Amino acid sequence: MINGRKTVLVACGAGIATSTVVCDALESMCKDNKLQCKIIQCKITEVPSYADQADLLVTTTIVKTEYPFPVINARAFLTGIGLDKLKGEILEAIMK
Amino acid sequence: MNHVNFDETLIIRNLNGESSSEVLEYMAANLCKQGYVRESYANAVIAREEKFATGLPTNGYGVAIPHTDIEHVYKSAISFAVLKNPVEFGVMGEEFEKVSVKLVFMLAMHDSHSQLKMLQNLMAIFQNEEDLQYLATEGCESKLRNKLVEKLNLTAMKGGE
Repeated sequence: MINGRKTVLVACGAGIATSTVVCDALESMCKDNKLQCKIIQCKITEVPSYADQADLLVTTTIVKTEYPFPVINARAFLTGIGLDKLKGEILEAIMK
Repeated sequence: MNHVNFDETLIIRNLNGESSSEVLEYMAANLCKQGYVRESYANAVIAREEKFATGLPTNGYGVAIPHTDIEHVYKSAISFAVLKNPVEFGVMGEEFEKVSVKLVFMLAMHDSHSQLKMLQNLMAIFQNEEDLQYLATEGCESKLRNKLVEKLNLTAMKGGE
């Protein structure tokens, strides 16, 4: 069990639709893997204001800004295509 | 109130559009005519699609879930269109990739964070080739409506329908 609590940002364009689905999927994933994460849902334009506390950004939109933390595309949570790979990437980033 | 409106007036079969913008404009105008969104919704949803594409490749027909900020919406609703000829949408989260889209689910959301279950049900459809096939080929609006009401678990439609 990992106890270093990580902060994960979940962002989409409007912050209302896809990030809601991704947030929930991520919460279940953390629970299944007994990971305690702080998950913050926001619009992609709000990411900079959380940047200093984030360890990871999981998003359904294009990210052009460079951040000091990993950015992972979460489209597989919506389409199911490549879902295992995505979960692996996120787990690896959280447990690092 | 987390009710999502959906009825046959929001189903458009054989929608003939040359581009994603044309398709979005038509669907948005219909949502506006039915009283679910403001006039500003059309431009907002088109602008947002350009910036944050919503096309999703599936193992069946390509889909798109255009939507925009809540201030353009009066009442939550979902509109569904089957395109006569698929048009290209940008792939969500990709800068250059395109996907040929046959099915468009336009989401008019009035509350943020409130439609999780409906959205999850929608994503489940995208992962089910049989459902996608049905939605792309069924020729009867009321059957399409019933299918989506069942799959999205949208109960208590307005009026005595």
